Amino acid sequence: MSTPALEVRDLRFSYPDGHVALDGADFHIHPGERVALLGPNGAGKTTLLLHLNGILTPTSGSVRVAGLEVTEEHLQEIRRRVGLVFQDPDDQLFMPTVRKDVAFGPANFGVGGEALEHRVVSALEAVGMIDAIDRAPHHLSLGERRRVAIATVLAMQPEILVLDEPSSNLDPAGRGELAHILTGLDITMLMVTHDLPYAARLTRRALVMNHGRIVADGPIEKILGDEDLLAANRLELPYGFRERES
Amino acid sequence: MSGPHGHALYLHGATRLHRLPAVVKVAALLLFVAAVVATPREAFGSFAVEAVLVAFAIAWAKIPARFVARRLLIEVPFVLFAVMMPFLGGGERVPVGPLMLSREGLWGAWAILVKGTLGVSASILLAATTEVADLLEGLERLKVPRLMIAIAGFMVRYLDVVAGEVRRMRVAMASRGYAPRWAGDAGPMAAAAGALFIRSYERGERVHRAMLARGYTGTMPVFDQEPPARSDWLVGMAIPAVAWVASLAGWVLR
Repeated sequence: MSTPALEVRDLRFSYPDGHVALDGADFHIHPGERVALLGPNGAGKTTLLLHLNGILTPTSGSVRVAGLEVTEEHLQEIRRRVGLVFQDPDDQLFMPTVRKDVAFGPANFGVGGEALEHRVVSALEAVGMIDAIDRAPHHLSLGERRRVAIATVLAMQPEILVLDEPSSNLDPAGRGELAHILTGLDITMLMVTHDLPYAARLTRRALVMNHGRIVADGPIEKILGDEDLLAANRLELPYGFRERES
Repeated sequence: MSGPHGHALYLHGATRLHRLPAVVKVAALLLFVAAVVATPREAFGSFAVEAVLVAFAIAWAKIPARFVARRLLIEVPFVLFAVMMPFLGGGERVPVGPLMLSREGLWGAWAILVKGTLGVSASILLAATTEVADLLEGLERLKVPRLMIAIAGFMVRYLDVVAGEVRRMRVAMASRGYAPRWAGDAGPMAAAAGALFIRSYERGERVHRAMLARGYTGTMPVFDQEPPARSDWLVGMAIPAVAWVASLAGWVLR
């Protein structure tokens, strides 16, 4: 089998106040896979994401990205390999123009000149936002900002794209457009979401997380079809999607 | 949110002045203001020339006089100070109508008024013809430290976000019957200001994380910029050049 794009081994993390957020999370993702990470609020999903590129340092356990362990000395290379798209695009887009924001990542990794311009343009084209290149992020709609946020990460040409709740607060059309864009990207993907039909649309495999552990891992149809598993983890399909309507 | 185009001080347009590179405009503004400040206060002719220059540039950029006049209100605190000077100034007193005013104070007030108004008008012109992003880039070219430019950029970027939070908090307070009538009712507002500070601080932490996630190591990246053309410099420097001639003439002809 090939080297996993992402390998998380017995990851444990406690916040300084003693709260245990990760309690032995264990999974791996192979290149080209699209995986949904499901779980209730407070399950440790966002904490897990912040470990994938070394923003948080685990209490014990390890994370490897394409074979490279996340440690202090590899931090820059890890951050280039893991493209993390945060939930609130207002946190992610901080530069005065879309162009500079998309250029921020690759410029930090030493890309410059025409190569940089090319990266910016192709990343914005990939998310259909090339027309906004010279606009200020705060003048864009939420859906547009979220697409630009994805472009800022694509411009780093990461090995794996990690998205935290990409569909939250979007209107149905905005969610549809985003799904279309994400489906078109040829990249390994890990996506945190509460939107189960959205996960089913975009991914083939799901991980269920609860109390800081991965409690289920399997094909998405199987996971979403297991009502007892969903109920045990505070997940449920929206009304109309269930077989036994309550 | 402010309008689809730029900040509140910006007036969308396509004149030569709008298209001039920001670095040229910032440099021209600095030189112009320096010329105004250096003009001797007795040189009425020089001030007249400088006023005509500003008026000409404002007309050239197709900025309505009312737009400039409204924004000149920012000068009011200085005007109030200037108005007090003839009353409070010492030295020789001269009759002005029924009042006996300080001669030195009158000159001081005049100097503040004329120099302030010229400088503020020119600054309004710069803001009205330049997008914030270009302005920041212009400052970068003028070798203003990148950290300061980044701070200014963040301020502009997050102004709308924080203003939006203030608006939502006020709506939430009003929805639960909070209608302050006098200063004593301001307690909840103070608590809200505290909450806003915490929220903004937390946002700062999240933004910092997002920066780290994209390889930020403590210095902002440098982006290539096209240098301004020679013709841009010639056009931009014409006005401050004339202003300096007027200012120096004021000294010579005194």
